[in-house]
Amino acid sequence: MIPRRDFLQIAMATTALYGASSFGNWGRLAAQQAISQNTLLEFETFGNVSLIHVTDIHAQLKPIYFREPEINIGVGENKGQVPHITGADFRRLYGIEKNSWPSYALSYEDFASLAKGYGRIGGIDRVATVVKAMRADRPDALLLDGGDTWHGSYTCYHTQGQDMVNAMNALQPDAMTFHWEFTLGSERMNEIIDDLPFAALGQNIFDAEWNEPAEQFSPYKLFERGGVKIAVIGQAFPYMPIANPGWMFPEFSFGIREKRMQEMVDEVRSKGAELVVCLSHNGFDVDKQMASRVTGLDVILSGHTHDALPQPYIVNKTAIIASGSNGKFVSRVDLDVQNGQVLGLRHKLIPIFADVITPDADMSTLIEAERAPYINEMSEVIGETADTQTLYRRGNFNGTWDDLICDALISERDADIALSPGVRWGPSILPGQKITREDVWNVTSMTYPEAYRTEMTGEFLHFILEDVADNLFNPDPYYQQGGDMVRVGGLGYHIDVGKSQGDRITNMTMLKTNEKIDPTKTYIVAGWASVNEGTEGPPIWEVVENHIRKLGVISLPENTSVQIRSA
Amino acid sequence: MTLSRRDFVVGASCGVGIVAFSALPAQASLLDETISKFTGGAEIIPGGIVLDTPEIAENGNTVPIDVSAPGAASIMLLAGGNPVPAVATFNFGPLSGSRSGNTRIRLIKTQEVMAIAKMDDGTFRSAQATVKVTIGGCGG
Repeated sequence: MIPRRDFLQIAMATTALYGASSFGNWGRLAAQQAISQNTLLEFETFGNVSLIHVTDIHAQLKPIYFREPEINIGVGENKGQVPHITGADFRRLYGIEKNSWPSYALSYEDFASLAKGYGRIGGIDRVATVVKAMRADRPDALLLDGGDTWHGSYTCYHTQGQDMVNAMNALQPDAMTFHWEFTLGSERMNEIIDDLPFAALGQNIFDAEWNEPAEQFSPYKLFERGGVKIAVIGQAFPYMPIANPGWMFPEFSFGIREKRMQEMVDEVRSKGAELVVCLSHNGFDVDKQMASRVTGLDVILSGHTHDALPQPYIVNKTAIIASGSNGKFVSRVDLDVQNGQVLGLRHKLIPIFADVITPDADMSTLIEAERAPYINEMSEVIGETADTQTLYRRGNFNGTWDDLICDALISERDADIALSPGVRWGPSILPGQKITREDVWNVTSMTYPEAYRTEMTGEFLHFILEDVADNLFNPDPYYQQGGDMVRVGGLGYHIDVGKSQGDRITNMTMLKTNEKIDPTKTYIVAGWASVNEGTEGPPIWEVVENHIRKLGVISLPENTSVQIRSA
Repeated sequence: MTLSRRDFVVGASCGVGIVAFSALPAQASLLDETISKFTGGAEIIPGGIVLDTPEIAENGNTVPIDVSAPGAASIMLLAGGNPVPAVATFNFGPLSGSRSGNTRIRLIKTQEVMAIAKMDDGTFRSAQATVKVTIGGCGG
């Protein structure tokens, strides 16, 4: 392994060096360097192929704050392994100095104070600058979008994804795969795909009726770049109709379809592909497992679970690249491919520091034009956070944004208990920051936002928590769906993640009265984002907005309702 | 809205969909009986069959199953967690183009789906796979 002076960058002479573990002291050097666009972009062009990866942007056109998770528990073989390492342990693993800018970008520690120093991150106009700089180095670099792009903001909702389609089309990706895009509904999805000026990929997107590959999507695309034949195989989110409402896209079926992935790898190899790249929305643990079982994948560009890793993760001969979420990062991967062999790889995860990277003027103009029709409604101030209150979402069991949303559901829908989905998107709000309507939409926007109110027995609530927990903590990654635990309000519980389904959740308690949840008793439950057709209720953003307005200044007590055992 | 166990249920995470909540488990004896009727009590050797199932069912009411066993005279599909475990038996003859079949089966809950093949030489082979039936999870 060659230590480099560059931030987050490794180089290898041969594939035999894959997996070597000396990270050098780039973290400390980075801390000493002044942060500049040149430092962030510095990259010694390597080999003959460049891949540029963006993923899980969730419609964040503008720079944001985004706090990475503190709690991210791995189970089975992934216990204590990346990406299930956070905070100081994460910094130690990668040699990152406390309070440095890599620490701010990649960890949750001292988030609010570092955010005030280092500023916002992301913004598609900054991403455009970075992509252009990479293309100046390597004009035929492949730009690959891992999906969850056309979802997640006020403007994206109101334009049915068109704002993001326009921005990304201007960025000119070469291929894309999908997840939340399908929640636009299959009609709208087909309409966009028909006109898409780049490849829409997913080897696991099937026609539900015939269980045959869906004709709108290609399993892969072959490119020739730098004299190298490159195959990009798409892998859409495998559990779309389970984690999201299948009735919105009933024509499609998904699944991991590992066997077909191997067939596609073999097929592209037989067509002469010298470099095989999987553009994946599996989630990191699923990608690790797939890399260990499918042979012939050189690179997996991993998305879905929103992990950002400063080094490739190597499984056998496959390098897995994790590029974060919400527009925070762009990954560049340079490869030296000779005679069908990857001889070396150089990688850099670039944090998009919004105050450091000059926005691309054309893209800024495009973004402002997309936002202009909605700017008045979006920028209305609804409330503000107290001087010590950060609002964030990420974490296996709760985040303060979700605490606030659960409070809003209980209060506005007059419920005993609230349930809020464990999604991983949604930017953070700093202490003492105004909360605008746009901010509320950034953490709630979706096409099935109805805040329902219903009755559930204690036994059924237990069943729900057990079922969702198994989708997160099943020791076999292929049975995981890549989200976090359903967030609860008004309810406390103990969880032992190492147990099996049915035995993980104990001590369910009504927080208000400190009474144990009675399996036979019926409770009033409010929640949102149900996958069932015909769910009724006001949209969640209205519920949250009303609640914030009534409070004015948001200050939440510490959430200790979930007691975790992970031994 | 009131819920009963057999109803659709609105729900928790990114959603909580249908649940066959309290399944009647197949009696172990019924599963054993069905198997021994097919095998005549002969030894079953794992392997030799490719059983292709989704890891998680998109809809427990219609789960696509693919099975193939070169050299099989017949293949029996079993869902041990269903009240009645026998699902289908495919029979092949010398003129069969391939010794494979596919169908869709209903699964009342998370369970092992099993395929047992009776080979042309009279031996028995088996494969099994867990198919999870869930009310929903969360997309990242």
